[in-house]
Amino acid sequence: MSMPFYVPPEQVMKDRADFARKGIARGRSVIVVGYDRGIAFVAENPSRALHKVSEIYDRIAFAAVGRYNEFESLRVAGIRYADLRGYSYDRTDVTARALANTYAQTLGAVFTQESKPFEIEIVVAEVGVDSDTDQIFRLTYDGSVADEQGFVAMGGASEAAEERLGTGWRPGMTLAEVLRLAVDVLGAGENGERRALDEGQLEVAVLDRDRPRRSFRRIVGPLLTRLLVEAPAAGGATAGPGSTETVPGEDGSASPADGPGSPAPPS
Amino acid sequence: MTQWSPGRPPRLDDAFLSAGSSSFSEFVSAYRPELLPSGRRLPSGTSIEAPHGTTIVSLLFDGGVVMAGDRRATMGNVIANRDMEKVFAADDYSVVGIAGTAGIAIELVRLYQVELEHYEKIEGAIMSLEGKANRLASMIRGNLSLAMQGLTVVPTYAGFDLESATGRIYSYDVTGGCYIEGGHHSTGSGSVFARGALKKLWRPGLEEQQAVSVAVEALYDAADDDSATGGPDLGRQIWPTVAVVDHSGARFVPSDVLEGHVQRVVAARRDNPGGAR
Repeated sequence: MSMPFYVPPEQVMKDRADFARKGIARGRSVIVVGYDRGIAFVAENPSRALHKVSEIYDRIAFAAVGRYNEFESLRVAGIRYADLRGYSYDRTDVTARALANTYAQTLGAVFTQESKPFEIEIVVAEVGVDSDTDQIFRLTYDGSVADEQGFVAMGGASEAAEERLGTGWRPGMTLAEVLRLAVDVLGAGENGERRALDEGQLEVAVLDRDRPRRSFRRIVGPLLTRLLVEAPAAGGATAGPGSTETVPGEDGSASPADGPGSPAPPS
Repeated sequence: MTQWSPGRPPRLDDAFLSAGSSSFSEFVSAYRPELLPSGRRLPSGTSIEAPHGTTIVSLLFDGGVVMAGDRRATMGNVIANRDMEKVFAADDYSVVGIAGTAGIAIELVRLYQVELEHYEKIEGAIMSLEGKANRLASMIRGNLSLAMQGLTVVPTYAGFDLESATGRIYSYDVTGGCYIEGGHHSTGSGSVFARGALKKLWRPGLEEQQAVSVAVEALYDAADDDSATGGPDLGRQIWPTVAVVDHSGARFVPSDVLEGHVQRVVAARRDNPGGAR
């Protein structure tokens, strides 16, 4: 009869953490960054159908890196959690903090109890009434939560990316400016070489503070092209007139000011 | 002993993490069935009196659809509510109007709104209009056992079909049967009188403003002969709820515009109560 070798718990946890970190580092990065009118999500993602960024609720969005099947199940769970809570309480009772806590418990339980930890890192962000009340929570594979200020980079080479974001980002930047910054950071290589990223390789979405109710919008097509082109050099004055101020419905698919909502329509 | 609630573990349980369904009502009926009307049972052989909402009219116009509802809820011979809303936006491109037991109908509408938004978020695409109409039918079907005890809900669903670029009206019966209507439809206790008015006033190719006016007039006729339907209340400034759905989405007609339509209808009926023309 064979006896299993004794492995100290420190070693078990370290092995699991190394395993998860390696899996995450292989993937492409996602950047979440605050701007004057909301929070922007920029992912390097050539797929049009398999998203790394998603809407969770009125003011809350989700971004993830790592294994798709793992973060997809958490994304769906988050939508179910938020919709159930909003349905049984009220829409204003759904908060990013509660969702982040629930995700953290789930990730932590999987990390210690399951045969394999999730190889993912996620961000849950909630846009507030002004940039001081924006919340960005970053959750890692072991269930630890960090309340981030202003910006987050996840995925491969995220330390270097965060460092570059830290030098380039300041509060009150416009959407065009933060998009340009994020694309610069995503395109920076290990040894100073640069890759040019075009719209086809980017998945961009925002939580727009000024929209009533559902604030999540994907930015695609001509609007994205315009935003990427028009950004002035860093440190310049405010960006172009009007166009960056609000984000219209993506690319012609107009949506009425009043979406579906509480059963009371405006009269 | 700890104070933690045993029913709500902090970790997302398997019902949340399971793959497959993008339906909110299916998820809730598996996880928290008591939150749904279909998960509740009344003691058999009893019936309770609850407020009823009444008349909804809907009609197609050139480029969309109009739905309007009166504002009265009744409980027996008592007016339970004078300014109740019975027409709701279901999502960006459709509206739902309700007749029947008000409490259950409003709950169904809330559930239906979450259902459509839930699908949209999980699938990343908007459900087809036919699909949305069928989802509503299955919810009505789930309410059948309550309906047998008098708590009926009979909605009308109207939306703009983005594929064919036309408005559509779907009517329902209490068992969840779903029927597509051509032209116009009315439901609720005043529907007989409203239908008579619609037959005479509606014609193909109406403009949006004409359609709103026809809807207001049909409700006026319903209120004229049905005590459970509320007419326009000039003293309290209560007008019908009117929603318009076209290619730009669903919106509610503002009250100052409605006031104009109501005043015209009321003025035209002076010395001509039947609206003969």
